[in-house]
Amino acid sequence: MNFLDYTLEELHDKLVSKELTAVDLVEASYKRIEETDEQVGAFLALSKEEALQAARETDEKGIDPNNVLSGLPVGIKDNILTKGVTTTASSKMLEDFVPVYDATATEKLKGAGMISVGKLNMDEFAMGGSTENSAFKLTRNPWDLSKVPGGSSGGSAAAVAAGQVPVSLGSDTGGSVREPAAFTGLVGVKPTYGRVSRYGLIAFGSSLDQIGPFTRTVKDNALVLNAISGHDPKDSTSYNGETPDFTEGIDKGVKGLRIGVPKEYFNEDAKETGVIESVRNALKLYEELGAEIVEVSLPHSRYGIPAYYIIASSEASSNLQRFDGIRYGYRSENVSSLEDIYVKSRSEGFGLEVKRRIMLGTFSLSSGFYDAHFKKAAQARTLIRNDFDTVFADVDVLVAPTTTTTAFEIGGKIDDPLAMYMSDILTVPVNLAGVPSLSIPCGFSNDMPVGMQIISKHFDEQMMYRVAYAFEKETDFHTKKPAFKGGE
Amino acid sequence: MNLEPVIGLEVHVELKTESKMFSPSPAHFGAEPNTNTNVIDWGHPGVLPVVNKQAIEYGMKAALALNCKIATHTKFDRKNYFYPDNPKAYQISQFDQPIGYDGWIEIEVNGEKKKIRIERVHLEEDAGKNMHGEDGSSYVDLNRQGTPLIEIVSEADMRSPEEAYAYLETLKQLIQFTEVSDVKMQEGSMRCDANISLRPFGQEEFGTKAELKNLNSFTYVRKGLDFEISRQEKVLNAGGALDQETRRYDESTGGTILMRTKEGSSDYRYFPEPDIPNLVISDEWIDSVRASLPEMPKERQARYVKEFNLPEYDAVVLTATVEMSNFFQGTVDNGADPKQASNWLMGEVSAYLNSEQVELLDTALTPESLAEMINLIADGTISSKIAKKVFKELVTNGSTDVKALVEEKGWVQLSDPSKLLPIITDTLDKNEQSIEDYKNGKDRALGFLVGQVMKQTRGQANPGMVNKLLKQELDKR
Repeated sequence: MNFLDYTLEELHDKLVSKELTAVDLVEASYKRIEETDEQVGAFLALSKEEALQAARETDEKGIDPNNVLSGLPVGIKDNILTKGVTTTASSKMLEDFVPVYDATATEKLKGAGMISVGKLNMDEFAMGGSTENSAFKLTRNPWDLSKVPGGSSGGSAAAVAAGQVPVSLGSDTGGSVREPAAFTGLVGVKPTYGRVSRYGLIAFGSSLDQIGPFTRTVKDNALVLNAISGHDPKDSTSYNGETPDFTEGIDKGVKGLRIGVPKEYFNEDAKETGVIESVRNALKLYEELGAEIVEVSLPHSRYGIPAYYIIASSEASSNLQRFDGIRYGYRSENVSSLEDIYVKSRSEGFGLEVKRRIMLGTFSLSSGFYDAHFKKAAQARTLIRNDFDTVFADVDVLVAPTTTTTAFEIGGKIDDPLAMYMSDILTVPVNLAGVPSLSIPCGFSNDMPVGMQIISKHFDEQMMYRVAYAFEKETDFHTKKPAFKGGE
Repeated sequence: MNLEPVIGLEVHVELKTESKMFSPSPAHFGAEPNTNTNVIDWGHPGVLPVVNKQAIEYGMKAALALNCKIATHTKFDRKNYFYPDNPKAYQISQFDQPIGYDGWIEIEVNGEKKKIRIERVHLEEDAGKNMHGEDGSSYVDLNRQGTPLIEIVSEADMRSPEEAYAYLETLKQLIQFTEVSDVKMQEGSMRCDANISLRPFGQEEFGTKAELKNLNSFTYVRKGLDFEISRQEKVLNAGGALDQETRRYDESTGGTILMRTKEGSSDYRYFPEPDIPNLVISDEWIDSVRASLPEMPKERQARYVKEFNLPEYDAVVLTATVEMSNFFQGTVDNGADPKQASNWLMGEVSAYLNSEQVELLDTALTPESLAEMINLIADGTISSKIAKKVFKELVTNGSTDVKALVEEKGWVQLSDPSKLLPIITDTLDKNEQSIEDYKNGKDRALGFLVGQVMKQTRGQANPGMVNKLLKQELDKR
């Protein structure tokens, strides 16, 4: 059984009609993983016994006909804590770390009856755009095994794209859900900052991080976001207002809506013209469906990359200090003093990219450099956010490419950090502004999926899903299946 | 050269909230190591701080008691440094927007009053404790980790160790009255670092300062500053220059020892804490906290003088600590004469606390029982002499019904003439000689007769009444 053949609602109907059981689905997931993961490399760890036990319990209890997620398998990115199941953030630093509590998102998925089948590979501590920074394994793009699945949530994307699980959770600090979703032909969402609790998400850039779902379809995605959203008293930055049903009004269409097209996000000189072409075609379709297309400007987005790399790295340099070899995690064996524990454990436990960002962040916060770096970046962030506020006074959503290119070759950018950072150019402004954004497959370029971003106002995910759903209904890109070609 | 000391103090005060500053763990002392902790205190991956509202209110209360302004917009910041007792490797503190600022307190040294300005009062979390075991290993106890603290930074307004001492005493008294902290140096709920520099009299500019640490009592603060003044004087008078240093007070010698120079100081890389939204404090909130402030020492002293006609001296002594002041008020509220209550508290009670080295609230004495005892003296039920016995009983074992106690113990004074008269008649009948002596003007005879009556009543007779009745009966004979 291949989860690519069904929506969540279809799987749910099969469970309710008893055509299938939760145990069948969990077993099917493991079977598919067994068949494909040697090539894809999405999973770091499987929790087969626990998953089957949970599935048996769900079957005994009976499927709740009103709860569409009940009994469905899910994969979880390895920076989201799962009680009793090793959670490493793909770092040697946490190779043997077994959390003593569940992240709020994990707890909510379990509460909704979903069954976690395992933990998914990622760039170490979510730093990267290709999943090549994992300390443990390489994840490949199911569409072309010689290419990256994107990152940092590359395992989460590859697992859904390969049909191993119908849903996975990722996290998005600067594009880490949307970029891999675009690279693997999936729907991936970065919710409004504050929509999903960050409690139990291993912090990278605390003011930017959000957990979001990967699914094949727009409605599936809204259903999962319904389950993980809501105020969490354990996270003061989580939104204290109402959580609407994100599927409500999803089929209202785009007639009469104003779609903003930020001109700065369409670089007509780009090397790979297929990406912009696909998005332009999508805009034509929206026009045909009755939307009004309006060119707008987000002039400060060009400061997005430097502002993002300073803010995210500064926060990370502080967040990652707790990995000190004292209480848990990796401790170097070759130590003779307290300073040795710190220096050697961290030197040996962290990978190259993580160290690079810790240094960048530490430098940006240092006395004498703070004003020129961190403070300037914070000011740029305010300008970027104001740009979004300004255009949203005039349009309902913004549409832009998710990435400048389709998935690149494994090894293609790993030795050029700056080139790797630039691949986030279209996604980071959204995190800096805190607005929600969804990436949806909108075409193919060089046989690889192209992703289109639909960005809406703060806490207006309903509009984002509605506009995405209107496109999905009229197109068949989401029904295409990866070829598992190439590789080695 | 004649040099003037310039002193500023940084005082940390632990707030006695129910739970910690950013985690729901209990903020109490004396538990087994690491029992009052949870994943947040351990700095586990993925945990987030949630601000304790009570800690904010306590911080505001203390700041208001120190005449500070309260920031209507404030925030928390991270102070980054590695140490095993600091599990996140950053302390959540307040960097550039302290909750309280621009305050002052008034001190008095040798009868002279002086205002010491307070630059800021900010909120932060305490660290855990590192312990070095006899087995050669080091251990970390995180019970204290995350306990709410306020740091009170004075302006460099003090000019002598005596002023610094008076500042600390006044600060302790004021905060104690707000009841947000126990403010005990010996238990670590109050800690002090001192900055001191010297400059020629008349010079505006400050000299190079030294920061003194490990000052674990008010006396050590004074001694450390004294030592530092002579150390710095020696260098400067010899034409030398001082380095900006952090120095440690050595209890065994009373001197200070170099810990590090400015070059060795860390860069804490302060930046805004992204896990905690900015805090907006409304005027209504500030007003309600201000309204909840108890009456402070100066106000109480004025009231004691005006309302209770107490001497100023009494008023000052009674308001030295909040416990004593509240106890006094309670005793008066329970109907005791204020001057009598004051006399007992300043006399017998204080003497007992001193000799037994105990705290007032740790004794069995209550304002109710003290007031009842004072009233029993006033209405003649017990004698002042017996009262000392009653007090011993009340302070050690306590009583909720002092009248019943004195009756049970047989300490009630016999004042009823109808009960005393038969004894007096009987005594006179048995002592013809004394009657004669009395009639002959021998005053001693009366004393003897009183003694006899007292003996008969096993000391319970009211001596005044016995005197009066005896004279009356003698005249009849």
